[in-house]
Amino acid sequence: MDLKIKHFVIFITIGLTFSCKQQIQNVASMEGNEIRLDTSIPQKDSINAYIKPYRDRVNHILDSTLAYAPKKITKVDGPYNTTAGNLLADIVFSEGAPIFKSRTGKNLDFVFLNHGGIRSIISQGKISARTAFEVMPFENTIVVVELSGKSVKKLLAYLLESGMAHPISGMQIVLNTDNTLASVKIQDKPFDENRHYFVATSDYLAAGGDSMIFFKEALSVTTIDYLIRNAMIDYFKRVDTVAPKVDYRFYKLTP
Amino acid sequence: MNRRKFISSTSASSVFVGLGGLSLGSCASKSAKKITILHTNDMHSHIDPFSADHSEYANLGGMARRASLIENIRKENNNSLLFDAGDIFQGTPYFNFYGGELEFKLMSMLKYDAATIGNHDFDNGIDGLFAQLPHAEFELLSANYDFSNTIMAGHVKPYQIFMVDGIKIGVYGLGIKLSGLVGKNLYKETEYLDPYEIAQDTERLLKEEEKCNLVICLSHIGYDYPSKERPNDLILAAKTQYTDLIIGGHTHTFLDKPTLVENSKGREIIVNQVGCFGLYLGRIDFYLDSIQHIAATGVSIKV
Repeated sequence: MDLKIKHFVIFITIGLTFSCKQQIQNVASMEGNEIRLDTSIPQKDSINAYIKPYRDRVNHILDSTLAYAPKKITKVDGPYNTTAGNLLADIVFSEGAPIFKSRTGKNLDFVFLNHGGIRSIISQGKISARTAFEVMPFENTIVVVELSGKSVKKLLAYLLESGMAHPISGMQIVLNTDNTLASVKIQDKPFDENRHYFVATSDYLAAGGDSMIFFKEALSVTTIDYLIRNAMIDYFKRVDTVAPKVDYRFYKLTP
Repeated sequence: MNRRKFISSTSASSVFVGLGGLSLGSCASKSAKKITILHTNDMHSHIDPFSADHSEYANLGGMARRASLIENIRKENNNSLLFDAGDIFQGTPYFNFYGGELEFKLMSMLKYDAATIGNHDFDNGIDGLFAQLPHAEFELLSANYDFSNTIMAGHVKPYQIFMVDGIKIGVYGLGIKLSGLVGKNLYKETEYLDPYEIAQDTERLLKEEEKCNLVICLSHIGYDYPSKERPNDLILAAKTQYTDLIIGGHTHTFLDKPTLVENSKGREIIVNQVGCFGLYLGRIDFYLDSIQHIAATGVSIKV
């Protein structure tokens, strides 16, 4: 208490001596607002002019036609495999395998991705780089995971359990009418539980994303520093027509 | 322009200010000062306004628009500071194409004074963030990320003191826990320290040693979470004693008005966040005078 009074006295003294020129330092009041940036606020021309070359280049690259889709490509046009899923998995295989081979001398066996990772349809018509940004907005890269046969069995169990058309490439899975496995082929050879397989997926899934815990059992992980989106763009540049089909890579036998 | 303003100053505080004014006569009010704090958060590379056909944010935002708004506010009160609370990067192809260069260049042109670092600012790795530093003419502040063993060492300060019209303003930054949110390959050896403890240490330093008149926190830890175990701005405010304003981010929280939270000494302070994508600009005006206002009741707050 004594201390406080002392301070007050000193304060008053200074105040009198320097007649109001000192001590403008205490918050008397505060006022908070938020201002919505709507069309009533003009855009500053010089800033827009500065942005323009960047914007033009982004739009030019994103909207340049790279390929053509004769039909709509979606992830909901088949129960076990879909046009969008097959396209994406096949792209990861075709664009990823040569890089993996050149880095390690080894062959990629198959691709396994997640259905939820496909974020957009591809509309019928022109395909541009913007299409790839819509389908795959994430900065996910391709990684190759070495799995034991046992872990691949868990992968298959995960796939069957999920009931989802998770994108696959390089393997064929046939189900009996009661949803048990009829056959599994990898690179056209029957699945061998006693060997290791090299599986390409996204870095997100390889880290156990989407509860794909079998990827955490990896015997080795090779990062190939290649964005899935860039693999798509490179593929679109290489081909004229993009027309994936629902096929027999994963299907159920009819009774 | 749609200004949202709410008045809720208590009668007790009005009375006190009234008495204070009487006791020192008219000279105090004559020499009162006004400091304007402007802020954004989570702009996520939204450099252009949203397109006219956007279903939620049609024609809103954009940095050219923000530039003219800020310019007008500075004309009205040159004693202004402009801050960002992180997640500047990631969200539009501008980031994918230019890695954040344009975001930093434009923030420099808009004369941002400081920003803190959000989790998405690590999206091109700590090297990607480092590569954009030459384009940032503003301070990057983080008191609870220890960058000592990274390429960012020496490029991020825990706090910065700004002198504005003779008023000493201490500003410190806080970042969110990175593990589980950002790949370790991206943030590398960046060490996350407890934001509450660091905030208390930093505000004490700014107030007791540096004698700052105002203490401001730029936080990317998030406004609030269902789990109270996760550090957040509301609990941070309650645990501090010298911080006057917490400018938040991360949770993309749109508030109808800035939140008032009682701090550890029973004084009300402001916690604010303006959603995301540059749709809003936050504005907090501080009025300072020579009167020794007593914490809990002496300061009127209009939000």
